[in-house]
Amino acid sequence: VENVRLLDRLSSRKAALGTLYLTATHVIFVENGSETRKETWVLHSQISSIEKQATTATGCPLLIRCKNFQVIQLVIPQERDCHDVYISLIRLARPVKYEELYCFSFNPKLDKEEREQGWKLVDLNEEYNRMGIPNNYWQISDVNRDYGVCDSYPTEVYVPKSATAHIIVGSSKFRSRRRFPALSYYCKDNNACICRSSQPLSGFSARCLEDEQMLQAIRKANPGSDFIYVVDTRPKLNAMANRAAGKGYENEDNYSNIKFQFIGIENIHVMRNSLQKMLEVCELKSPSMSDFLWGLENSGWLKHIKAIMDAGIFIAKAVAEEGVSVLVHCSDGWDRTAQVCSVASLLLDPYYRTMKGFMVLIEKDWVSFGHKFNHRYGNLDGDPKEISPVIDQFIECVWQLMEQFPCAFEFNERFLIHIQHHIYSCQFGNFLCNSPKERRELKIQERTYSLWAHLWKNRTDYLNPLYRSDHSQTQGTLHPQMAPCNFLYKFWSGMYNRFEKGLHPRQSVTDYLMAVKEETQQLEEELEVLGERLANLQKSQLNDNKFKSKPQDRSKQLGLSTSNNSLANTPQEYSNDLKSFPSRSPSQGDEEDSALILTQDNLKSSDPDLSANSDQESGVEDLSCRSPSGGGCLPSEDSGKDSDEAVFLAV
Amino acid sequence: MEFAELIKTPRADNVVLHRPFYLAVEGTLCLTGHHLIFSSRRQDNAEELWLLHSNIDSIEKRFVGSLGTIIIKCKDLRIIQLDIPGMEECLNIASSIEALSTLDSVTLMYPFFYRPMFEIVEDGWRCFLPDEEFELLSSVTDEWRLSCINKEFSVCPSYPPVVIVPKSIDDEALRKVAMFRHGSRFPVLSYYHKKNGMVMMRSSQPLTGTNGRRCKDDEKLINATLRPGKRGYIIDTRSLNVAQQARAKGGGFEQEAHYPQWRRIHKCIERFNILQESLIKLVEACNDQSHNMDRWLSKLEASNWLTHVKEILTAACLAAQCIDREGASVLVHGTEGTDSTLQVTSLAQIILDPRCRTIRGFESLVVREWLQAGHPFQQRCAQSAYSNSKQKWEAPVFLLFLDCVWQILRQFPCSFEFNEQFLIMLFEHAYASQFGTFLGNNENERSKLKLPQKTMSLWSWVNRSEELSKFQNPLFEANSLVIWPSVAPQSLQLWEGVFLRWNRPSKFLDEAHEEMISIIKYNKELQAKVNALRRQLAQLETVDRMQENL
Repeated sequence: VENVRLLDRLSSRKAALGTLYLTATHVIFVENGSETRKETWVLHSQISSIEKQATTATGCPLLIRCKNFQVIQLVIPQERDCHDVYISLIRLARPVKYEELYCFSFNPKLDKEEREQGWKLVDLNEEYNRMGIPNNYWQISDVNRDYGVCDSYPTEVYVPKSATAHIIVGSSKFRSRRRFPALSYYCKDNNACICRSSQPLSGFSARCLEDEQMLQAIRKANPGSDFIYVVDTRPKLNAMANRAAGKGYENEDNYSNIKFQFIGIENIHVMRNSLQKMLEVCELKSPSMSDFLWGLENSGWLKHIKAIMDAGIFIAKAVAEEGVSVLVHCSDGWDRTAQVCSVASLLLDPYYRTMKGFMVLIEKDWVSFGHKFNHRYGNLDGDPKEISPVIDQFIECVWQLMEQFPCAFEFNERFLIHIQHHIYSCQFGNFLCNSPKERRELKIQERTYSLWAHLWKNRTDYLNPLYRSDHSQTQGTLHPQMAPCNFLYKFWSGMYNRFEKGLHPRQSVTDYLMAVKEETQQLEEELEVLGERLANLQKSQLNDNKFKSKPQDRSKQLGLSTSNNSLANTPQEYSNDLKSFPSRSPSQGDEEDSALILTQDNLKSSDPDLSANSDQESGVEDLSCRSPSGGGCLPSEDSGKDSDEAVFLAV
Repeated sequence: MEFAELIKTPRADNVVLHRPFYLAVEGTLCLTGHHLIFSSRRQDNAEELWLLHSNIDSIEKRFVGSLGTIIIKCKDLRIIQLDIPGMEECLNIASSIEALSTLDSVTLMYPFFYRPMFEIVEDGWRCFLPDEEFELLSSVTDEWRLSCINKEFSVCPSYPPVVIVPKSIDDEALRKVAMFRHGSRFPVLSYYHKKNGMVMMRSSQPLTGTNGRRCKDDEKLINATLRPGKRGYIIDTRSLNVAQQARAKGGGFEQEAHYPQWRRIHKCIERFNILQESLIKLVEACNDQSHNMDRWLSKLEASNWLTHVKEILTAACLAAQCIDREGASVLVHGTEGTDSTLQVTSLAQIILDPRCRTIRGFESLVVREWLQAGHPFQQRCAQSAYSNSKQKWEAPVFLLFLDCVWQILRQFPCSFEFNEQFLIMLFEHAYASQFGTFLGNNENERSKLKLPQKTMSLWSWVNRSEELSKFQNPLFEANSLVIWPSVAPQSLQLWEGVFLRWNRPSKFLDEAHEEMISIIKYNKELQAKVNALRRQLAQLETVDRMQENL
């Protein structure tokens, strides 16, 4: 469709005219005019809603909201075209078969071996070995081979040694969807552990001997403690309501030596609505401070984030400080339980705060234990009531921790944002389907690529420059501030206003420090080379043997100038009053155009994921020019192909 | 008066000091004329706490049996608690502190007694003189002159003795204009934008009154700043409504009919008690340990503090936009031209002028646009967030300005030579200080108090390399551009460094800062080494080549 206008949400003055293309996998908007064409790419699987608005004099507006919080506003001149686009997109955005998803057509041009290698990057057996398991208390059980006991669990499950197959099967029959208690995290130092399950089918009075034995076995696996905590992450009211349906929670009287605890995290429906409300606030055209704060409060989002954090903190404390094992469950044990177990693990074990460890953590607590990625993130057309930002909340918890502990994490904010992006993008196979069983049936590993390998390959982009493995913050358990410090939880504009560059800090401390560190590394190398040459030269002077080598003139590249900017960003609309005044001089207009061209150049050459993130668009400080390899933009594997996966952004 | 008369109990033993995030410490409390000193002599953590009496905003006392407790709330927002055994001692100490922290006379303040322990390299009172500023200006334009019309503070009591005005306007005309402006604050030059020669001026409101008085010289003065055929903007920091109401009291605004070349824009920046109440509410919310997440956000919202930040920044951005983008000159005023006007003109300069983002440049900006421009520091900063007295002159105008600077600094972390600590330090010294810089309400009062002769300047202390190193931003790389901050609510944050300073643990953030410094330091060291080696190598190679040629 031609002559489509892409509107800038922040400024009504800026609108780009261009052509809209629909392909099998993407919506592409190409701007007219400039020589290097500016493009906006949106994956169909990222589209969360499409809204056709009332036709106006200028055309028919189409609003596309994306799952990565991008909002695109198009105006299509012809009503009929608009309708066609709308109908096509609705169909394209809601595939019904897994095979329609992008990961089955995405081909990063890796050979078979490389792909297999990629899938092996994260190995959970290795991870349990790292924790020190199997050992005297814990063993691997094959009770669930061929998914015979629980079809949403992995085939290999770690359970206490004293739990026989009989106990496990018996316990599984007493738990929702047969999700029996299994090991999530084990603390080598004191034998305390985190186990997870679903709710017991206790109703008002039912009991199950095997389930009681199962919990007993978990307690015995930690000889240092004479009880275990059972943490129900639901609000008490919800848990009680479940009893009427024959489900519910553990009765302390029936289980020997348990301490039962409710931690009120709301259910997926409350969370979905909360996010919806918060996004509405983010979308407000020019909100006042009060609109924003009031809306943020009203959404309850930060309150929910804090509830999840508090649960994680409680468990981490039980394990690290009291040396007590914890069994965590909610209803089905795949949403809140996954959030809480992974937050607690992250607090407890510095390994999960490294890049590799974080991948392992998501693989362990989310992917392997059957978090319903397909349902929660709406990859295939399904029940909208199943959709909920469960893992988004976990990712935000990590970000909130990063804000409190700036040196504790090996990875940076960008890493989190890109993981969030790809959970929805369906470009990699990792997060397809609802359970390991489905993934195996679909032969995901043979037919798609792994995100972890992709991220690992570009890991220099995701490093936190402040991280040092020998820094005190990276050691041991993190102790975040508890109750009174509500102010520690902040709105994450880097995520929820991710595509509105104008709102973000114009200079990134992270990027700056990354560039400095890269330069430092080069200096170290050069120092060595120079030292050698000097030694050689001194020797050779005696031999009168001239040392010939390419003069290494790095100094120019290294020159400390970050201020390559003809592109001062344009001011916002600070006042509407200015409009009626004579417009700007043409020369200034030209300046702006050239700025766009420059941006485009940068975009083309850079990794598409990053382009959505790099500073280049923000206009003011192009930090990437500081480092020879282009700072934030790693050379991509294949820039031509790569742009397929792009989410280019209009400035 | 002798301070000894006010000190009923100069010393108390076995006092226990409580602070958030620290263990309670037992020690000795001493009162002197200007300080409260707490010292603990325990071997494991010997420490001393010195608190200026003038830093104390309010004190509360409580008794449980014979154990008295004094809670001291400071202007820098810190709260400490002292447990003092003995009711009489406690009462004596409390009343002494109360008396010493509310001395009436300026000349009894600590700056008049303070003797510096450091060597003075450069006298801060002689830095940032208007003549130097004018010299810089005259190197780029000759359209302005230095007028000594206010030499004896005879024309305008709140202006400095010399001001910069358009060359074409003589002192006689200035005198007439002064009659037409509130408090005689006639339009003077605030900033000259070298890039396009546009200027920013500031003044107070014109005294048009209800019958629309006009003053030809006033019109002539501000028109003198316009290029032929060009128009300018008047930014009135009050809403149209407030400005119209001001006419009833003899004030008003520039009528279109009399100023056809000017376009007036009204912005709404609050003043006085509205700001003071906002500060009180904000600090209350920050200190409230009990409420849950929802209450925190609603209290933050109800304080309106960030709304004020947003309004002020928006007005400043607008002024900067008019100058840089529209290529127009700007006149800024509110009512008196001593509060919101200065917030706008000084912030606009930070946006426009890279010099103001350096340490010296910022100091010069504070001197020019706040001290010399007659912001009544003594009135505004007499009390801070914990005051119970309802005096009407207090307002955190300067703190709001610093907050806005911090917001820009946060958005452009590499463009400022100074760091957050520098801004916090200025906030502290504006409210309580051993230096005379922020005493008095204007240059007139300062010269009557003979501050330059009798007290030490803050700048003499700050500008020594030992101190400066604490305030330098390791990320700084001079950025010669105009920097446009975002004023969207998502982009503005609570200034934790000030408002949560005493009630959040800062260890991890401090560590991050240290890490940042060490990364950059190591980089610089390597650079120096590499350069030295390169030079050495080059020399050797030259020698080599010469040998070869031989």
